[in-house]
Amino acid sequence: MIDFDRVVIRYPRAAVAAVNVVSFSAMRGAVTAVVGPNGSGKSTLVRALLKLAPLASGSIAIDGVDLAHLDRRALARRAAVVSQRESLVFPLPVWEYVALGRHPHEDPWAAAPARTDGAIAGALDRAGITALGDRTTDELSGGEWQRVRIARALAQGGEALVLDEPTTFLDIAHEMSMFELFAQLAKDGMAVLLVSHQLNLVARFADTIVLLHRGRVAAAGTPADVMRASVLEEVYEWPLLITRDPAVGAPALLPLRNRGPRSPSQSS
Amino acid sequence: MKATLLWIGVALVVLVLAIAAIAYGAVPIGAHAVIDAIAGRGDPVTVAIVRTLRLPRAVLALLVGAGLGMAGAALQGALRNALAEPYLLGVSGGAAVGAVAAVALGASGPFILPLASFAGAALAIAVALLVARASGGRADPRVLLMAGVIVGAFANAAIMVLLSNAPPNAVRNALWWMMGSVADAGWLTAGWLAVYVALGGALLLWLARDIDILSLGEESAAALGVDAARSSRSIFLIAALLSAATVAAAGLVGFVGLVVPHLVRSLGVRRHRALIAGAALIGAGLVVAADLVARLARPPAELPLGAVTALLGVPFFLVQLRRLS
Repeated sequence: MIDFDRVVIRYPRAAVAAVNVVSFSAMRGAVTAVVGPNGSGKSTLVRALLKLAPLASGSIAIDGVDLAHLDRRALARRAAVVSQRESLVFPLPVWEYVALGRHPHEDPWAAAPARTDGAIAGALDRAGITALGDRTTDELSGGEWQRVRIARALAQGGEALVLDEPTTFLDIAHEMSMFELFAQLAKDGMAVLLVSHQLNLVARFADTIVLLHRGRVAAAGTPADVMRASVLEEVYEWPLLITRDPAVGAPALLPLRNRGPRSPSQSS
Repeated sequence: MKATLLWIGVALVVLVLAIAAIAYGAVPIGAHAVIDAIAGRGDPVTVAIVRTLRLPRAVLALLVGAGLGMAGAALQGALRNALAEPYLLGVSGGAAVGAVAAVALGASGPFILPLASFAGAALAIAVALLVARASGGRADPRVLLMAGVIVGAFANAAIMVLLSNAPPNAVRNALWWMMGSVADAGWLTAGWLAVYVALGGALLLWLARDIDILSLGEESAAALGVDAARSSRSIFLIAALLSAATVAAAGLVGFVGLVVPHLVRSLGVRRHRALIAGAALIGAGLVVAADLVARLARPPAELPLGAVTALLGVPFFLVQLRRLS
């Protein structure tokens, strides 16, 4: 479980806080989605979880332990983060790449223990890419590469998985199967925290949605609580319509043509 | 198993190259006589030539290559830059300034010289990284290279200023040394370089798994429990120490750190512990071979060692540059 408690994050020389008193929890066994316009503070929260953005005040706790009391390795054993983008300058065999997920558990001189192989095979299996183990990272499609990165995160062995816009460059089939994977991982007991722009998919797959706007929580709760036209129009500064997803009955968002003089203001 | 055999083969090639480097010269010596002379048997003149001239020269060449190969492998991994190496980043130039300044101030012992080089090298890499950051970050590997070349040019100018009052003979020696040479090798130099190469190499092997992680980028490194800023700082300092020691011992030998890690990767090595160890071995073989070429190309004249490695390295650099774009 990941708890954000009145978190404030200020970038140096910035007039306003990037994240301004944000509180919410990503529970085990659930998919928690953080959504919001560009510049609303989503990625800053992820950087804070990586200890790359210091908190001005408030606290973040993982399974009840304050982040401030966890060193980076201990943190990496509890929570795995798949960042927005990653490219390898020197390609690696997929197996070797996923094995890097065991790094927080390794002592620098020790030979790889046998259970490491089990952890890697298990991670490949849960990410659904056992067949890719022998390929190299430069031979993968965009969707395969994202799954390989998730397998590396699963190899870390923690109970929390954080994903920053994991489906941005994927086509519909790969995106859908990725969301199904997140739902399955949550069902298996992980706390899945997902940053995404895909409101409609989030509305279908997430248990809780946290809507950020200019560093604050504009709305939080079940998809039905958050996916309301009045709330979303205000935050996204665009006219839209909420209907019902005919397949599963979840709320679905339909952006409309902008008839008024309004245009999205640059809040970032 | 296949990999073990491959590396035994590579080690044998390096050994043969080293024996050839001892055997060839103004007085050719047979391979058997070389081995006898190293053991202290046979003709006393041959023993003297081998033990006091050619063996330390070959050992120095092996150590210079091992040090530069390891420094290049570590820099390429930690910087995520296939073009990184001590010479092109200006690190070697900075080391040369440190060494020339120490000599100009009358200090040149086996302790002062490498340390003065190290100070120059550490400063140079810090400046190159700052210039790269100021000009748009490290995302584009070419920006860092440009910064390194600028630092190298500045180092050259500084050396010329330091030498402007020196006697002609000292200038000539300094210029020869700036083109890289193992010709004046002695056991003292080879001895202290061995200490630095062993120390730097051991530290890099210790940090090799961190380099694996750093090569994924800052955010992924943080996600895997590695503090990218701190970890890469130590790696840069160790690489600077290795480069500085080789510069203090044998002058500027460029491009070895660039070529060698690519050769090791082409043999299927990916993780940095094996990559650094392999780079030590192949680097050693490459420089001993380059020194052999330097002596054999236009006898009785000797080419500068740095010129031979540059003639090999520049076309290789261009191929790598093309691959980037």
